[in-house]
Amino acid sequence: MNVLLILPMLIPLLTASLALLAWNHPRLQRGLSVFGAASLLGAAIALLTVVWSDGIQVTQGGNWPAPFGITIISDLFSAIMVGLTGIIGLSVVLYSLVSIDPARESFGFHPLIHVLLMGVCGAFLTGDIFNLYVWFEVLLIASFVLLALGGERAQMEGAIKYVTLNLLSSAIFLAAIGLLYGEAGTLNMADLAIRLGNSDRQGLTTALAMLFLVAFGIKAAIFPLFFWLPASYHTPPVVISTIFAALLTKVGVYSLIRVFTLMFTQDTALTHTLILVIAGFTMVTGVLGAIAQVEFRRLLSFLIVCEIGFLLMGLGIFTPLGLAGSVFFMIHAIISMSALFLLSGLTERICHTFNLKQMGGLYHSYPALAVLFLVPALGLAGLPPMAGFFAKVTLLQAAIEVESYTIVIVALVVSLLVLVAIARVWNEAFWKNPPDDIAGLVGRPGALQVSGARLIPLLLPVVTLASLTLIMGIAAEAILAIAMDAGEQLMNPSGYIQAVLGGQQ
Amino acid sequence: MDTILAFVIGGLYAAGIYLILRRSIVKLIIGLALLGQAANLLIFTAAGLTRAQPPIVAEGSEVPINPSADPLPQALILTAIVISFGVLAFTTVLVKRVYQTVGTDDLDDMKATDR
Amino acid sequence: MVPETTPIVSLILRTATRYVFAVMLLLSIFLLLRGHNEPGGGFIGGLVAGIAFVLYAIAFDVESARTLLRIEPRVLVGSGLLMAAFAGIIALALGDPFLTGEWATIPIPLLGDTYLGTPFIFDVGVYLVVIGITLVIVLTLAEE
Repeated sequence: MNVLLILPMLIPLLTASLALLAWNHPRLQRGLSVFGAASLLGAAIALLTVVWSDGIQVTQGGNWPAPFGITIISDLFSAIMVGLTGIIGLSVVLYSLVSIDPARESFGFHPLIHVLLMGVCGAFLTGDIFNLYVWFEVLLIASFVLLALGGERAQMEGAIKYVTLNLLSSAIFLAAIGLLYGEAGTLNMADLAIRLGNSDRQGLTTALAMLFLVAFGIKAAIFPLFFWLPASYHTPPVVISTIFAALLTKVGVYSLIRVFTLMFTQDTALTHTLILVIAGFTMVTGVLGAIAQVEFRRLLSFLIVCEIGFLLMGLGIFTPLGLAGSVFFMIHAIISMSALFLLSGLTERICHTFNLKQMGGLYHSYPALAVLFLVPALGLAGLPPMAGFFAKVTLLQAAIEVESYTIVIVALVVSLLVLVAIARVWNEAFWKNPPDDIAGLVGRPGALQVSGARLIPLLLPVVTLASLTLIMGIAAEAILAIAMDAGEQLMNPSGYIQAVLGGQQ
Repeated sequence: MDTILAFVIGGLYAAGIYLILRRSIVKLIIGLALLGQAANLLIFTAAGLTRAQPPIVAEGSEVPINPSADPLPQALILTAIVISFGVLAFTTVLVKRVYQTVGTDDLDDMKATDR
Repeated sequence: MVPETTPIVSLILRTATRYVFAVMLLLSIFLLLRGHNEPGGGFIGGLVAGIAFVLYAIAFDVESARTLLRIEPRVLVGSGLLMAAFAGIIALALGDPFLTGEWATIPIPLLGDTYLGTPFIFDVGVYLVVIGITLVIVLTLAEE
């Protein structure tokens, strides 16, 4: 089964290198890109099926036994994340076929997207902390170039902030790995879990945990380390914003969940309580920021920060149900957020702006578009029957079980405020009459600037993602069952450790 | 030796952070590079300094000559150096482009995306 | 580009580069092959080869360095990555974990039996990627 574990990294690698070779043939590049993204999704689904039916899958890179070599491992959580990466990868590549400009395409957009996907999948599948650092750097370098590609002024300003904060986080991550190796003498995460558990220097372990919290926290955009995110995510073209919004912060959250369920579980009274507090603050600042915005994508960027809070909430609660809630919320957040980002691209095509004040009348002219907005947006606010509702219910239920009523109240108030932010977008962009200067544009035939068959790659991803949030809400029980299993696996890492190290311990 | 290196690492971190806090982008990049170097030295020191043979198995022998140095931190540092080389090359280009498009090297004038 | 009329680069450097260039390329291949069992390898070999081209670009100009290389640096990156991936796939095809070293003995006339393994293919891939990346970065910067 080890082929399936390698494919999510191998397919994007092959696609990226072939696309590099096809540099001067944009049509060939596009074909390769779609084919690669589709194969990645196929491989990811196959992996998820196998992990779901047969349990944790492991392979040792180069056949070097753990803990000496690099372990590639997929538990259910990893497999779900890879599956989501596949879905987002294919949606974004399809959407880019029409929306990305030829200049960016000729500067290597397609190879870069696949390098990014490779980095993301690698980060989800590795069982080695230093390898995780390497995958982080792979995806970061690809994201740096994607962010700066095109060289508009706003992009440059956004890129400098994004690059600085991410490099700072990498430097902290690297230092933390060095200290961790000095303390435990291993880099294999399963082995680290055992050695840190047996270590008699708990103070040092907790200090290391805090270093990792800061390093991953910057990448995950937690409070108070998130300021780079709303300053940069709205500057590149919509496809690039979408893939960033869907996947990059989530890699940070994934890493937090991984290290704080596997390695740093010695002093949960301190570490996980702190995470829960941070989660609360992240939600609140995120949603308050969102309400204050008039730029569509900046508003969505702040909502990402808010969602990060919910994702961390399950980790902070630290029960199987809480982690299941986080996994469920992750599925919902990635899919509905990318649907909304792609949709903001459609509205921009119609109104020629991301500024909500200058938009309007979309409901009147495009009722279908309004539905496409409402479904993921209301899901984000946590209204039934969308998946977001069930994810939030799971999280709240977990919080009530451990009697953390403060976070319950905070989460409920925040959900209400998310609804306010969503309602603002609805009012400004869809409900009110269009301002005079764009009144002629809205509703004009061909307002999407493409027509006929070329509409399909533009609309299909948005429609699919939006309907997925609805379908997942209806099939919530099945998703919850998978999430519960993933939560159990995260909460009881002995299975993970056993799978990596075999009978050696 | 550990003590001396601790001071060196501390000095590198201090210099790096000081440079990051300056307003010029060029200094910012140099600061980030210094932080990377400090982290590399930290790995080197934290993994334990020994006076030992290189960990290479001689021809005809099965094990390296004891005591041999731990090759892993060196491999980590090498990887980190390669990565920081790539990142630094990118940031150099970025800084140049930023200077060309924004027309300034002052970070305080780059607030357009924060509003 | 430096116009022909302003000889910023010394004649000594230009003349020396012609010889040093060839030596550096040979050295890089030596390092690549030596890296198998001793210090060296694709990475360091690739750097030396990349620097040889950079030196050529400094002594003459970027255009002639590109002409000398004949192929686009990014093609080197792409084919190098493919080669490295291929080295891993061989192991997968034989049913071992990804990137496992697989060995074959190849009888070469006059030299006797030579053994060849997938780590070598991987190293050659790294070699190409490093040359490609170095040149993409340096030549792009130099052209501006």
